[in-house]
Amino acid sequence: MVDSKQQWKAWLYLAPAIILLLVFTVWPIFNTVRMAFLENYSGLKAAAGMQFTFGIGNFLKVLEYRRFLQCLKNTCLLCVLTVPISTILALLIAVALNSIKFLQKGLQTVFFLPYVTNSIAIGMVFAAMFNVVGSFYGTENELVVTAGIINNVIEFFGGSHINWINYGSTYEANMFVMVVYIVWNALPFKILVLLGGLQSINKQYYDAAKVDGTPRRRVFTHITVPLLSPMLAYVIITGFIGGFKEYTSIVGIFGENMGPPDDAKRLNTMVGFIYDALETNSQGRASAAALILFGIILVVTLINNQVSKKRIHY
Amino acid sequence: MSGKVTMQEKDMQQVSAQQRIVKFAVKCMVYLFLIIMAVVVLFPFYWMIISSLKSLTEYRLSVPTFWPQKIMLSNYLEAFTTASLGRLFLNTMYVGVVSTLLSLVITILSAFAFARLEFKGRETLFACLLATMMIPGELFTITNYSTVTQLGWMNTYTVLIVPFLVSVFYIFLLRQNFMQIPNELYLAAKVDGSGDLKYLCKVMIPLSLPTLISITILKMMGAWNSYIWPRLVANDEAHRMITNGLRNAFTETTGDVNYPVQMAAVALVSAPLFLVFVFLRKYIMAGVSRSGIKG
Repeated sequence: MVDSKQQWKAWLYLAPAIILLLVFTVWPIFNTVRMAFLENYSGLKAAAGMQFTFGIGNFLKVLEYRRFLQCLKNTCLLCVLTVPISTILALLIAVALNSIKFLQKGLQTVFFLPYVTNSIAIGMVFAAMFNVVGSFYGTENELVVTAGIINNVIEFFGGSHINWINYGSTYEANMFVMVVYIVWNALPFKILVLLGGLQSINKQYYDAAKVDGTPRRRVFTHITVPLLSPMLAYVIITGFIGGFKEYTSIVGIFGENMGPPDDAKRLNTMVGFIYDALETNSQGRASAAALILFGIILVVTLINNQVSKKRIHY
Repeated sequence: MSGKVTMQEKDMQQVSAQQRIVKFAVKCMVYLFLIIMAVVVLFPFYWMIISSLKSLTEYRLSVPTFWPQKIMLSNYLEAFTTASLGRLFLNTMYVGVVSTLLSLVITILSAFAFARLEFKGRETLFACLLATMMIPGELFTITNYSTVTQLGWMNTYTVLIVPFLVSVFYIFLLRQNFMQIPNELYLAAKVDGSGDLKYLCKVMIPLSLPTLISITILKMMGAWNSYIWPRLVANDEAHRMITNGLRNAFTETTGDVNYPVQMAAVALVSAPLFLVFVFLRKYIMAGVSRSGIKG
């Protein structure tokens, strides 16, 4: 069956993909690992002919950086907050959507809409909604013209306006805005996958439960969730991986500043740290940080797989 | 005796009436929940559009208006010129179209080789390709940044197109599709003496058109939404992509920005995505539910 003509034809067809992959995927894997283990590696210095010694100094330096620890904390916090919230909300919406007939298609379309957006552009809309408009520089006699639509709503219900993202805003307020935006952004994909899963569950299970007179809540916890567990595991894993790579949504709201004007980089993330290091030509440090990120993603995926093995009913 | 039976019947009727009320209440709650969530999901879009139509004075009213008093279409014109969206739009379209076409050719050829041709190490090679999907893209970016600098590709269209031409995920998607096409068709074509390429064009491509459309849309959306890589390697006037241009044109974070104009720019950038969504939703959903990759 395997004739030599087919052999070389196959390689010919694969050639463009393989050449590009070798240059832009395979070589980077080796080179990034190499740069991570060369002390203080810098592209500029390497071009000038400087030699670097082998060592784990880049990793130690990255871990000593207070800025890196801040990035790690921000990233982890965003993951831990947004993944459970968005998964539970998406599950509730998917179950609700699955239980109705009238308007189902229309609402499904509405819930998928945020997926097809530009996260920088819509981030700017969220920034406008949370913004306090006016000359707001943290000075004594500033003129707040309007507090922004979110604050308008809060004031309507009798609260006082909160400085969400402007000069002098608190870390908690910033985080709250980020969590709202990321959850909003993460919902469509999760709803799509979970609804697909729900629609493929065999109706017989529900009929059997109906005959037995099983209460609604038990049906949910004993039939729906277990049978949906592969999809749940899938959206949780992809949610965590996406969460650890969070970057552009923060740029969308705060700009390249990655924080309010008085505290730039306060909300920086792991990916942000890597790009900052890259822009200052510290490829060694950037590589070390990227490998740490890869390690974290790998560990989270493995833990998830391990938990799934025990919990998932196929 | 008969009295007892009717009593039971009455009870039954009462129970079923009660059940019906509970059922109705639950239905109402479900709809209420869904509609509230739908409003939350849609609100940012609504706010973007009405803000983009307001005058700056109206936008700054302390009591917000939920419908513009006077529709200011001039905001859109201003946005178009302030952010020079025309140039950005052309740049992005150029990069999107060229990279999609090249990417499709490469993906089709590789998927065909993996699905139909027999060669040594096919399974191993495919497994290796899939394994690279686990690695975060940042790891590649660091080296690719040096590579493209050395190649002298900085601030060209090439640098925006070439490094991302091969997507293992697209090859995987199309290979799955190709493998569903019965092998007999291929063998029959061979007997007829038609070459591989002819068979590919006449049979396989038409049969897997939906997947190819999904790939095209995802790739175009990727170009439209790309931000990080263009910012690193091609952030000059001539090659800037639309997302970068949008972010650069409105970087003020001090609060005193012309928001209506900014929202008009955002609406203009989002408009093509909405059109794609309206007309090609089904293809996007089909591609997306299998990936978890955005753009």
